[in-house]
Amino acid sequence: MKVWHFSEMAYHPAWPDLADSYRVIVPNRFYDPKIGADLYHRYLDEWALCDELGINIMTNEHHATATCSDSVCTIPMAILARETKTVRLLALGMPIGNRNDPVRVAEEYSMIDVISRGRLEMGFVKGVPFEISPANTNPADLSERFWEAYDLILKALTSHDGPFNWEGTHFQYRSVNVWPRPYQTPHPPVWTPVGSAASATEAASRGMVIGVLNTGWARTPAIFEAYRKKARERGREPTPDRLAYMALVGVGHTREEGHRRADQILGYSRTSGIVAPQFANPPGYVAPNAAAQMLKGGGAMAARATRVQTKDGHPINPRTMSVDEAIDAGLSFAGTPDDVYDQLKAFYDHVGSFGHLLMMGQGGLISHADTVDNLTLFSKEVLPRLAGLG
Amino acid sequence: MAEIEIGRYALDGSTAGSGPPLLFLHGGDFVGQNARFLDRLARRWRVAAPRHPGFGHSERAEGFRTVHDIAYLYLDWLDRQHERAVIVGSSIGGWIALEICVRSVEHVGALVLIDSLGVKFGGREERDIADIYALPEDELRRRTFFDPARVVPDYSSLGDDELTAIARDREATALYGWRPYMHDPGLRQWLHRVRVPTLVLWGEDDGIVPPEYGQRLCAALPSAKFERIAEAGHYPQVEHPDAVADAIERFAATGVTR
Repeated sequence: MKVWHFSEMAYHPAWPDLADSYRVIVPNRFYDPKIGADLYHRYLDEWALCDELGINIMTNEHHATATCSDSVCTIPMAILARETKTVRLLALGMPIGNRNDPVRVAEEYSMIDVISRGRLEMGFVKGVPFEISPANTNPADLSERFWEAYDLILKALTSHDGPFNWEGTHFQYRSVNVWPRPYQTPHPPVWTPVGSAASATEAASRGMVIGVLNTGWARTPAIFEAYRKKARERGREPTPDRLAYMALVGVGHTREEGHRRADQILGYSRTSGIVAPQFANPPGYVAPNAAAQMLKGGGAMAARATRVQTKDGHPINPRTMSVDEAIDAGLSFAGTPDDVYDQLKAFYDHVGSFGHLLMMGQGGLISHADTVDNLTLFSKEVLPRLAGLG
Repeated sequence: MAEIEIGRYALDGSTAGSGPPLLFLHGGDFVGQNARFLDRLARRWRVAAPRHPGFGHSERAEGFRTVHDIAYLYLDWLDRQHERAVIVGSSIGGWIALEICVRSVEHVGALVLIDSLGVKFGGREERDIADIYALPEDELRRRTFFDPARVVPDYSSLGDDELTAIARDREATALYGWRPYMHDPGLRQWLHRVRVPTLVLWGEDDGIVPPEYGQRLCAALPSAKFERIAEAGHYPQVEHPDAVADAIERFAATGVTR
C-alpha cells in the first residue's frame, strides 16, 4: 500500500472570527499574509519531510475559504517537485470543470512532471458545490464541461506531432500544442475523487484511480464495489492500486497522544462543511431527482448532515464529532501505532482492499511539532506493516 | 398535462380558452402558481403556456444552450398561428419574449412584460438583477414576494413528480441564465426593434429587479407604457392574478394591438 500525506493548508487563525460560513463570502481581511506566509512555509516543510519518511505527497485546492489556503494545487507541487527527490506527487486535484483554460492545466501538469522527473500523479476534480460561486461556472452543465476538458487535456498531453484542432461545446482552440510534453509516457497517472457509486462507475469506465474521501465505514464498500464491477465489465482488472481511501490519522507514543492529535486534525472535518446554505447545492449540481429529495427534506444542509455515519448507520454531526465517533465512522485511524494499524486493517478488510491510503496527517489546529512527530512515527511504526496490504 | 408540439419538440404545458392566440412565457420558478392567472386569461384568449425546454417535464432539447434557442423555438410556434399573438412574458419569460421580438414581430400583436429580466443597464460593478444564487433563502423569498407566506409552497408536502419538475425548472434556469447573469449583453442595443405595442408591468415591491429597472426597460422600448402592481413582488401575476389580468385586458381593450 502506498501512503500519501495530505493537508488542506488551513488558515485556522481566522476560525475564531468566523460564524455561519467559513467559505465563499468570508472577507479576506481575516487573512493576515504575514501569518499566512509562515503557515505556507510550515506546511511545505512538512511535505518536504515526507521525502525522507517515504510518504508520498498529496495536495488539493479550494477557493475563497479559510478552511484551505491552497487555492492552486499545482503551486505547492511546483515547489515540491524540486524540493523532494523520490516521493510521488499527487494533485487531487485540478477542478477542470471550473477552469476556463484546460490547455493551461495541461501545461502546468506537464511542467511539474518534467521538473520532478516523472513523479506527478494528475487529479481531476468536479469540485464541491461551494466551488461553483467563486469560479462562477455554470452548475447545470458542469459534468459535461468536466469531461470535455478531461478529453482535451489527455489529448494535449499525448499528442506529439504539432498543433491539433479542438472546436468543442465548451472549449475552442485552433492550435493545441503543449510544451513541454510530460516526462511519463503516455502521461502521468490519472486520478479523480468520487463520493458515490455513480461517479465511481464513471471513473472506472475511464480507468481512472479513484480517491474516496469522507465516505467512511458505511458508504465506502458500495463505491469500491461499483468501481470493481464497471472495471471488470470494461475488461480491466480492478487491482487495489486503482482504489484510494482518505482517513485522518493521529498516531502517538500513547493512545492518548494519538487521540489528541486526531482530535486536532478533526478541526478539518468540523469546519469543512460550514458554509452558507445557499451555496451548498447550486441548481443542476445534482440530478433533478436528488435535488427534489433535498427540497422535500429541508434543503441541502439537511442532506449533508446525514452523510457521516457510525458503523451501525446512525448519523454523526461532523461539526461536533469526537475522535471515538470518527474512528467508529471509519473517518479516522488513531491511537498507538498498533491501534492505527488494527483500525486500518479492519477497514481494509471491510471494504475488500485498496492500494492507497490518503492520510490527512495534518489538519485543523495540530502544531508543526506534533505533525512532524505524527508523520515520523507513522513512517517508522505503521508504514512498514502496510507493505503486505494492497 | 397537455403537450404543445413545436416542430420536433414536445413541450409540457397547458392550453385553454378560445379567441385570439396568447403565448404565456413563464419565469424560472413558481411556474405551477401561474394557474389562476392563466385561467383568467383563458376567458378572453386561446392561451398556450408551454414549459420551456429543460423545464418542468419538458425534455432538454439537444443543442439548446442559450435563451436565443428558446426564442427561435417560439418563433416557430408564432409562424404557425393564423393571426398575430399576444406574448406575455414573466421574469425569464420576459427575456425570451424580448429575444423573440428583436428578431421578428411579424406574428406578434402585442407584448406584455411582467418583471422581465434579460437586459443589462448598469455598469460592470453594478448589479441590476439580484443574485438569487447568493441570497439566503429567507431573504430570497422576501425579495421575490410581497407576502411569501401566501405563495411559497410547503415543499415537504409535494409529490415527487412536482418536486422533480421544480428542480428541473431551477436547473434549466441556471443553464440559460448563469453567465452572463440573467441577461444577454447584446440585447440592449437591439431593443428598438421591438416595434410592437408593449405593456411593462412591475410588482411594486420586486426585490429581484426593482421597478426602476422596469422603467429603464420601458424607456428603451419604442412603444411601451409602464404600470405598477401594488403589493406584489417579482411574480405579480401569482400574487394578484386578477389585478394583472385586468391590466392586460385594459391594455388590449384600448385597441393598441396590431
